[in-house]
Amino acid sequence: MGATGWGFKKSLWVFHLNAGACNNCDIEVLDCLTPRFDVERFGIKLVGSVKHADVLLVSGSVPRKVVPDVIETWEQAPKPCAVVALGSCGCTGGIFKDGNNFAGPIDKHIPVHAYIPGCPPRPEAIIGGIVKLIGTL
Amino acid sequence: MASTLSMILYFIVFPGLVFTAVVGLLTTWVDRKVSALVQWRVGPPWYQPFADVLKLLGKEIVIPEGAKRTGFLVAPLAGLAAVALVSTMLWLANMRGAGFVGDLIGVIYLLTIPSLGMIIGASASGNPLSSIGASREMKLILAYELPFVIAIFTAVTKVSPMTLKLDGILEYQAMNGVLLGNLSCIIAFVVAILCAQAKLTYPPFDIPEAETELMDGTHMEYSGAALAVVKVTQAMMLFTLPVFFITIFWGGLQLTGWGILYTIVKYVIIVTIIVLIKNTNPRVRIDQAVRFFWGPVTILAIVGMILAVLGL
Ligand code: SF4
Repeated sequence: MGATGWGFKKSLWVFHLNAGACNNCDIEVLDCLTPRFDVERFGIKLVGSVKHADVLLVSGSVPRKVVPDVIETWEQAPKPCAVVALGSCGCTGGIFKDGNNFAGPIDKHIPVHAYIPGCPPRPEAIIGGIVKLIGTL
Repeated sequence: MASTLSMILYFIVFPGLVFTAVVGLLTTWVDRKVSALVQWRVGPPWYQPFADVLKLLGKEIVIPEGAKRTGFLVAPLAGLAAVALVSTMLWLANMRGAGFVGDLIGVIYLLTIPSLGMIIGASASGNPLSSIGASREMKLILAYELPFVIAIFTAVTKVSPMTLKLDGILEYQAMNGVLLGNLSCIIAFVVAILCAQAKLTYPPFDIPEAETELMDGTHMEYSGAALAVVKVTQAMMLFTLPVFFITIFWGGLQLTGWGILYTIVKYVIIVTIIVLIKNTNPRVRIDQAVRFFWGPVTILAIVGMILAVLGL
């Protein structure tokens, strides 16, 4: 835990991976960037490339088709990198847990460092989850 | 021996690499903060860019499969070295008595190296989106370089006797008032700011990076310390270009007494103009950008040049 560790806590760049989510969780992620919640206050910003990511924010129930993609994305992310499972789907499978295509939840395939339940989770809950994640880094 | 040592110190510490990087990173904070205020947000704390860079230094560097390793990693370093050199030249020319004249052609030439570095690095990464970014960056360079050079040479024309030395331009301004007092140089200044926007790949000319379509384009495959170098180079460009404009159009940097405050005010004004243009304009397409630079902007620059020749 030196200077880079401090930097890591203060500057989390988030790559958002939609692994078969219904898109509601993803809209709530965008809400966090709006003036009302403004996560850039904490140095959090969304990045477009997984190579820049410190946090992999995975939403959705992980259908069978996307399992290889999820694993590949995780392998491409430069370590150290934390994974956050977003939404009930991401945490447990939610309403899709008995679905035919369901191959999740996320922690079956890649290590998960924080869970944010809710269907969809409120922006406050997302920020709260990220703050708890920062506490454990 | 001693002069070699002091040259190295100039290059590495002040006013070269370290100083430029620190001030440049602070400037990117000003950029992000002003952007946040424009959007009615609070924005990041002042140490945010430093936290970003420190964090990136501690992260793994992922080299993509199929990338040309050496070109991929060395190209951003070339850009970094070039900006550090430009900054050193500009500051030494401004600090009279350092016995350094500085050559305008050298500055213009070195200012293109970071973009060229990004093109080489992006092409070496083996990523299709990065290579689209690289090709767009190339077209963008072709587009803005012409009006940029014309604008700079308007200032050269205005100075009598005509000189390509930064020192001479500064001397002339110290004797006869700043060049920005002339109509021709105001036009050239506007053109130069527009070209700076493209040089920094800021909106509306962030076409090579295009976050929504190319996922950061030219920077896409960089990670860890390599990405830190890319970010620091951008920050240093954001610092160096305004200093360059102040030097040739606005009387240079005064580094004594109240002059320091005046210098900072000039610098902040230019940075704020750039940030406000950035925040109020949507991205244009590459063909629109080329047409814009080769059409209205070049014509404007030529008009400025003609006015300068006529002595206005
Ligand atoms: S948790 Fe709810 S809102 Fe989120 S993806 Fe699943 S079903 Fe949609």
